Amino acid sequence: MASADSETRPQEAIPHAVKIIVAGGFGAGKTTLVGSVSEITPLSTEEVMTEASYGVDDLGGVEDKNTTTVALDFGRITINPDIVLYLFGTPGQDRFWFMWNELAEGALGAVVLADTRRLDTCFHAVDFFERRGVPFVVAVNRFEGSTAYRREEVREALDVPSEVPIIMADARERESCKEVLVELVTHVIRGRSPVMSG
Amino acid sequence: MNTSGEQRGARPSGSVAADEAAQPLSGRRSPTWHRGRGHPTSEGPSSGVALGDTSAGPLVRPYTMTGGRTRPSKGPRLDLVTIVVAAAGDEEREREPEQQAIVRLCRRPISVAEISARLDIPLTVVRVLLGDLLAEGDVRTRAAMTQLPEKKVLQAVLDGIRRL
Repeated sequence: MASADSETRPQEAIPHAVKIIVAGGFGAGKTTLVGSVSEITPLSTEEVMTEASYGVDDLGGVEDKNTTTVALDFGRITINPDIVLYLFGTPGQDRFWFMWNELAEGALGAVVLADTRRLDTCFHAVDFFERRGVPFVVAVNRFEGSTAYRREEVREALDVPSEVPIIMADARERESCKEVLVELVTHVIRGRSPVMSG
Repeated sequence: MNTSGEQRGARPSGSVAADEAAQPLSGRRSPTWHRGRGHPTSEGPSSGVALGDTSAGPLVRPYTMTGGRTRPSKGPRLDLVTIVVAAAGDEEREREPEQQAIVRLCRRPISVAEISARLDIPLTVVRVLLGDLLAEGDVRTRAAMTQLPEKKVLQAVLDGIRRL
């Protein structure tokens, strides 16, 4: 049995990890958003999937091979010594749906990053989180050259209920991304509160 | 599978010196030399990553690390954000280089996903190796939450984000 030294950690010192999912279409700015608030340069981890793991996912267009690799980008925010928050970008391509279940498991909530030039690319994400009961907010990422839409137009186009916050955001701006995350966590807390009448 | 095939991200995230990103997969003197930047992110390859360096990486070698196993034989489920920490005073035991690298990384609490990214070992393989280390008592884990965290935790997260 090792005796105490400078490296010694109390047995109970392992922090909690919580995760937030950042979803959206390919190139919507997910990794940019993660990078704007992460304390580390976003990392990329990969999962190698064998064919058996695909389940019933649509394999149309996938090359004929037994394994495929999914890259997941993520960042980290140390909240306090006991809590670490991880932000995971979803794989940008639809055929990697099988990773979404793992990401959603235990997730605190999700940000659906919408690109108004291609709003349809986040329909899947909205559907998925609604079905899984994962609380989410929609952040509309401003791209140069994109038409400015009003919140309600986006809400209508995405068909999300009025309690789901929609935030105009700039994934490159740290303050803007903070605001998005604050909205999300506030939304999550609100959803958990015991029935509020009125 | 090259995930960068369709479209490149408009803005590469961060800048990494080409020589760092382009290091070969050998020579793991320092477990953190590779920051997982050699792989394409979901929005295209990191800046500074040399062409030809963005492949999925060797698929055969990782599984030789695990004796061909693709999932841990037993033990707790290892989520992406399960936090792992090395058991104190256990750094000296003789291990495979990859396991040694994991134990070294785990001197400070670190998530499964981060171990995978920093050592550039696929998640599946990391899970198997961690399963072995857990069975040996070399590391301890804190399971990720499978339910929505309690309000106290949520409030702390909210405060933490506001402080950023």
